Formats: sequence, structure tokens, C-alpha cells
Amino acid sequence: MVLNWKTGGVVLGLVFFLAVLLVKPIGVSTQFVILDAIIGNVAVPDLITQTDDGYTSSNAYLAKSDGKYAANAANPLNYSFVFVLAMAVGAFLSAMARGGIGADERKLPAIWYANYGDTPVKRYTVAFIGGFVVLYGARLAGGCTSGHMMSGMMQTAVSGYIFAAGAFAAAVPVAIMMYKQEG
Amino acid sequence: MTSIILAVVIGAAFGAVLDRIGATNPNWIGKMLTLTNLHLMKTILLAIGTASVLMFGGQMLGLVDVGHMSVKTAYAGVFIGGLMLGAGWAAAGYCPGTGVCAAASGRKDALFFIAGGLLGAAAYMVTYPAWDAAGLLDGSKLTLGAVPGAGYDSLLSISGDLLGIVMGLAFVAIAIALPERLRGGGEAVAPAE
Repeated sequence: MVLNWKTGGVVLGLVFFLAVLLVKPIGVSTQFVILDAIIGNVAVPDLITQTDDGYTSSNAYLAKSDGKYAANAANPLNYSFVFVLAMAVGAFLSAMARGGIGADERKLPAIWYANYGDTPVKRYTVAFIGGFVVLYGARLAGGCTSGHMMSGMMQTAVSGYIFAAGAFAAAVPVAIMMYKQEG
Repeated sequence: MTSIILAVVIGAAFGAVLDRIGATNPNWIGKMLTLTNLHLMKTILLAIGTASVLMFGGQMLGLVDVGHMSVKTAYAGVFIGGLMLGAGWAAAGYCPGTGVCAAASGRKDALFFIAGGLLGAAAYMVTYPAWDAAGLLDGSKLTLGAVPGAGYDSLLSISGDLLGIVMGLAFVAIAIALPERLRGGGEAVAPAE
């Protein structure tokens, strides 16, 4: 069972507030770039290079803003990267604490099963393509659901409202077209 | 070192809450985005409202450091990227944070989502110069009202702190007013999981 929206909303709001009170607003999608850069730096020597006053990269995106991303990839033990790792651990512990997710759900979510039956290959393909589009879009937008939509709108950032408008304008029709059965 | 401890504590709390509200579950995301059960939408709206009121209230009282605000630039690519994220979010049932949480809690499809995400982020790293050259990344950091001490330009020349509290309360009001479902008939059904 999920938390009632009143409890869940207040607790989630407190987490977002604590983040900005103690450190900075929550964001996640940048860390996909950081992990890419860490992997890339192993595969492609000299992708990230040290300069006199920090780091830079042969990739223009990693080198932008004075090599901010290059520096984070060179030193993964930084707040934002550890935050995402800790988030994964927190979700794992929470899921285990409520008895874990059943084998059927782990293989295929019920809503997929209700609409497309026992078709794991199709589901995993859609999840992969969805992931590609989500992260490409998030990086183009400069943030995702956490950074733009939640952290952005809570700060009355105009970018947050623009992002949310775009995200829901696409998400609702796509969901209605793809998932006709409620599941 | 302090910042790493904070990252562990706040990150773990965030992941646990995302799990407990159903945000990491594609069935809840699907129900929200097909407008057949808005329970998760109400949770998210209430969270934004709560955080907004606390943050701006705290800033007005001098208890919250305005310097911790981090407003992102508004530009055309924000909308285009938002459309893309929305489409993928609906299809997969995951966004970047919830996908990572879902994979950690054992969902296999989320692993494919992360793999696709890493490739998508890499594709953006490679194609970034084209978006930049097209001028689609040009813009400014704007808040709705003028937030004292934040250093951002504002859309309206009114108190950003007060407006932040008003907007926060508006989010809370919408969370309360929003019905359980907007499409289909009968009671909104919660996923079994």
C-alpha cells in the first residue's frame, strides 16, 4: 500500500525542503551524464583532462561551464553523485521493508500485462527506448522531473513551469494511447 | 565530508519516499498519466506546495539561506526537452530518478530504462553543439516574482517571497480539489502492487 496522499505529499515536500535548506535543490538526470563520462573516460583516454585550475574535456558538453561536469566525473565522490547512489539504496531498503516487489511485478508491471500480455521482450524494448528519449529530453531541457518540475516549481522558476507544461502535454496523450486498459 | 553525509541521508530519504508514494511503480505512473487515478498527482502537488511554503516562509524569516536557491535557465529547449521526457515517461513509466529507484528495488524493465537513459544522455553529449549553435539553449534565469537576495531576474515586479507562498498554497489547494479520477467511470482503482 502506498502512503495516503496527504501524508506522502507532506513527507515528500519535507525532503525537498530539507534539501534546499541544508544543501541545494534535488536533481537527478545530470548524474546519467556523469556516469557516462566516468565510463567514457575509461574507454576513451583523455576524454577528461586536468588543467591548471580544474578540469576540461574534449567533449563540448562536459567542458561547458568551466568544466563543471568534467570535474564531477573526475571526482565521483561529490554530493550530487552520492545523492543518486543513496537514493537507490533508500528505495531498495524501503521496498524490502514493505515485503519486496513480487516476482510477477519485477518481470512485468501489471499495467503492461493488462494491455500487452506476457511480452517481456516488447516491454524491455519500450523501456529502453523510453529511457533514451527521457534522458535525451532531460539533458536538452537541463533537468528532469525532480530538478525542473518539483525543485523548479517550488522555487517559482519560470523554467519549471515551461518544463512541466511540455512534459504533461506529451505524457498524457501518449499514456492514453498506449495504456487503454486500466490494469 | 559533511556534504557526503548529507548526500547519503537526504538521498536515502528521497529514494525511500519515492518508493512509499508509488512514484517508482509504473502502474501508478500509468494511472496518473491516463488520468484514471490521480492519487500520485495529488501527492506531488501537495509536496511542491509544502516545500514552497516552507522555503519561502523560511527565507522571509531569515531561517533559510536564499543562496541555496538554484533556478535553472528558461529557454526553448526546456519545452522541447519537456515534450520528449513526457513521451518517454508515459511509455516507460519511469523518469530518471524513479527509474534508478525501481531498478534498485528489483524491477527488470527499469534496468533497460537506465541502459537506454545512459545511451540517450551520451547521444545528447555528442549532439549538444548543434542545439547550442541553433540558439535553442539561450535564455535567462527567471523567477515569477522578485526574490530578495536571490539575484535572479523576475517576470513580475512583485515580492517573490510572498508570491512563492501564494503559489505554494495554490498547489496545496489544487492537490485538495483535484478529483481521484478525470477519465472513465466509477471509483478510481489502486494498483494491486
